[in-house]
Amino acid sequence: MTRDISLTVNGTEHELSVEPRALLISVLRDELDYTGPNVGCESSMCGACTVHLDGEAVKSCTVLAVQADGCDVTTVEGLATDGEFHPIQQGFQEEHGLQCGYCTPGMMMTATELLDRNPDPSEEEIREALEGNLCRCTGYQNIVRAVENAAEKMQQEPAVADGGGD
Amino acid sequence: MGAESESGSGVQSVDPDDVDAADILGSAIERREDPALLTGDAEYTDDIELPGMVHMTIKRSRHAHARIENIDTSEAEAMDGVIEVFTAADIEAPGNLPTGWLLDSLEQVDHPILAEDRVRYQGDALAVVVAEERYIAHDATDRIDVDYDRLGAVTEPSEALADDAPAVHDDASGNVAFDWDIGDAEKTDAAFDDADHVVDLDLENQLLIPNAMEPRAAVAEYNPSNDELAVHMTSQNPHLHRLLMSGVIDHPEHKLQVRAPDVGGGFGSKIHHYADEALVALAAKRHERPVKWTATRTETYLTDAQGRGHDTHAEMALSDDGDILGFRVDTAANLGAYLSTFAPAVPTYLYGTLLSGQYDIPAIYCSVTGAFTNVPPVDAYRGAGRPEASFVVERMIHRAAKEVGMDPAEFRRRNFVEEFPYQTQVAVEYDSGDYEKTLDRALDLLDYDELRERQEAARAEGKYVGVGLSAYIEACGLAPSELAGELGAQAGLWESGLVRFHPSGKVTAYCGTSGHGQGHDTTYAQIVANELGVDYEDVEVVEGDTDEIPQGMGTYGSRSAAVGGSALVKSSQKLVEKAKRIAAHQLEAAPEDIEFENGDFHVAGAPDRSMHIAEIATQAYLAHDMPDDMEPGLEATSFYDPDNFVFPFGLHAAVVEVDPDTGEIDIERYVAVDDVGNQINPKIVEGQIHGGVAQGIGQALYEGAEYDDNGQLVTGSMQDYTVPKAEHIPSMETDSTCTPSPVNPLGVKGVGEAGTIAAPQAVVNAVCDALDVDQIGMPMKAERVWRAANAATDGGEH
Repeated sequence: MTRDISLTVNGTEHELSVEPRALLISVLRDELDYTGPNVGCESSMCGACTVHLDGEAVKSCTVLAVQADGCDVTTVEGLATDGEFHPIQQGFQEEHGLQCGYCTPGMMMTATELLDRNPDPSEEEIREALEGNLCRCTGYQNIVRAVENAAEKMQQEPAVADGGGD
Repeated sequence: MGAESESGSGVQSVDPDDVDAADILGSAIERREDPALLTGDAEYTDDIELPGMVHMTIKRSRHAHARIENIDTSEAEAMDGVIEVFTAADIEAPGNLPTGWLLDSLEQVDHPILAEDRVRYQGDALAVVVAEERYIAHDATDRIDVDYDRLGAVTEPSEALADDAPAVHDDASGNVAFDWDIGDAEKTDAAFDDADHVVDLDLENQLLIPNAMEPRAAVAEYNPSNDELAVHMTSQNPHLHRLLMSGVIDHPEHKLQVRAPDVGGGFGSKIHHYADEALVALAAKRHERPVKWTATRTETYLTDAQGRGHDTHAEMALSDDGDILGFRVDTAANLGAYLSTFAPAVPTYLYGTLLSGQYDIPAIYCSVTGAFTNVPPVDAYRGAGRPEASFVVERMIHRAAKEVGMDPAEFRRRNFVEEFPYQTQVAVEYDSGDYEKTLDRALDLLDYDELRERQEAARAEGKYVGVGLSAYIEACGLAPSELAGELGAQAGLWESGLVRFHPSGKVTAYCGTSGHGQGHDTTYAQIVANELGVDYEDVEVVEGDTDEIPQGMGTYGSRSAAVGGSALVKSSQKLVEKAKRIAAHQLEAAPEDIEFENGDFHVAGAPDRSMHIAEIATQAYLAHDMPDDMEPGLEATSFYDPDNFVFPFGLHAAVVEVDPDTGEIDIERYVAVDDVGNQINPKIVEGQIHGGVAQGIGQALYEGAEYDDNGQLVTGSMQDYTVPKAEHIPSMETDSTCTPSPVNPLGVKGVGEAGTIAAPQAVVNAVCDALDVDQIGMPMKAERVWRAANAATDGGEH
């Protein structure tokens, strides 16, 4: 038994049939080949699978694909525009905000949602916003710097920030 | 290279395009790995999708210790989409996972890849499901019915060694895996006889779960027409996995490829050879279809090799003047249910040999008993033995300073090793160091005297501020191979590097290490570009594939820069020597008259008679005009086997405020001054320190594998085992000094594990200092701290 759904992922519409129990992350990775978001815990604790669902950061390992029927999904693959990095990607690159990179796609999706809500967050606000995204490599310090770096860029160049895809 | 940083404010990275070629080594350039990782283009093992691929899951024991009476797979096998279910009984001679380090007294026990009649930890593999789809494989696994006859379980090393403990292995009497010692027992006893003061502590270094963000995974594909088997897997050492796996599954090594695609962190947990990847390889051969297995997070909690797990009694002999006279350490080490790949080395040669710390201690004796228990195999986790040693040393130093009434900074200074090389009483010889320098730099950053005054003033106001110091030492790049062999290693500890010029003048460097987040593509290219005098962008780095890199030993033990980087230097130097002879020939000069600078060979005194090394590469492949007896081509391979370990060091300090009413700890400041020798890329060094410290703070405050009386893991999810979050980790102030190592041509020491080694005792010492207590166990959760704070007045045990 499957259900027909439609998902718009990074601007591309997909029609597909899924099992009712299929998770959004499984459908994105296994059916549609968006392997940027990663699976780290299957329990919404680690945040490696974070994507935007209609602009809101969600853990796609605990969303059923059928719940996302008709929604706009943005994954890490949708951050860059015409080959130009989103400011958050630039921030992570410049501040060494990643090491193994496994948490990074989810970390950036949570960070961009934060910056949409709060364009100039304090260090404390950044750390609080990232509480659902675990990183085992960086000790978070350069992730915080990366988000600050991106915030600064986005305030200077709001036009670039709008290219983020949501 | 190697300039010392000037403040604790952090390193600024730079775009490689903005760096002069001559300055590339030592520059904090941005990483070339990052674009793929930032766009989702990276390829982790679970991202691999092959035509006709099927999925594998593993049925695991729900009990920690039991006899297996029956495994009923019939219901699972009957499910649509299930291809096969197999148990140990269904495969011919299920392989045994080997131990790669032997000790004289080691009790070797079988470790079958599928349990036959007995399971020894919760998570031991019992059966394998192969199915068309991942979800079906998991459903089928749930439908396998196992009858267990439960046995008593034991999870703590000290309890396992007690007389009435359940026997984990029938052949290992008293659950003893080995008895090992190092140092001079008689000399140490004599030092204690002469002591004015003796202090002692019982110290537990709790079991930790590595928690790499990427769960372990493997994809295997088999080609029956040529018997070639490829395994793409989460590996820190593909060549080692190839060698071990070829024996376990009885497949010829030269027809087995192991490739590590992008790997999402390891911290030791992806060094070891587990049953899982061997089972994936077997399944691919049985069905002649590609097979994928990816651990769930629950499986990583149950089966990733854990770290630490020491129960230690330590005693220190002191003079009235504050000299350390002797140090005696007795440790029971948890090895878990079986001997993992390097397990016997971790609580012995990687632990006992580091017990002199940064101090000139005239007599040391350490004895270690390895204990089998009903927890997953325990092996290397970031630091591997060295954090345990540094924890014991620095907790005892803190205690000893208090005993003799000295400030802990001055007590350390008084006992520091000052002359190098320094031969310790526990076998190793320190290469170089300047311990006062890192201490002084840290004390300056802390404004230590002012801090002590503030501490006193705060206490008068009822606030509990504490300062904890940790003067750590690390040993990286375990070597040479001959010594490792004498100590029990079943592998060499060299590293191999191939540097190849292409006819166009571009370069590929191949190294047998296998990075998984450390940025080797960047740092190795910096090394090779510097040696050859070519543009950084003209050097490609290849790692992690046994089909591409001739040989290798992998990435662990902070060895990659010191051993792998040095292998690339040696290969580059060989290559330059050959190029010099070609240049001499074509410039019609004697080789000894040719000078090499920034990629140009020129005749001494005639700088316009010159050829660039890239031009020579073209000539070497054209081979139209070569010196007599010289073969065409321009590439060189080295097997670099260092003469000694290298010994990074540093001083980490934590300033905490403890609330005695709630037991909450606030880390106000964390200062890290590290000396890792020359730095290839200071931004990457800083990142390694940050991450290491975070794991060390995690151990001090939050982390620990906890088991109930039946051996069930209580902390079996990210909900229950606290991997530190962004809010849990303070902003760190990092700084460095530079004392190059004389051991290797780069003068580097290694940095991957330094933070994890240094941090736990800095935080514990700070909390003990704040509350003026001798001992608090890790992790220092609120209840424990509250109890310590409230028992402090009556001197109770905590």
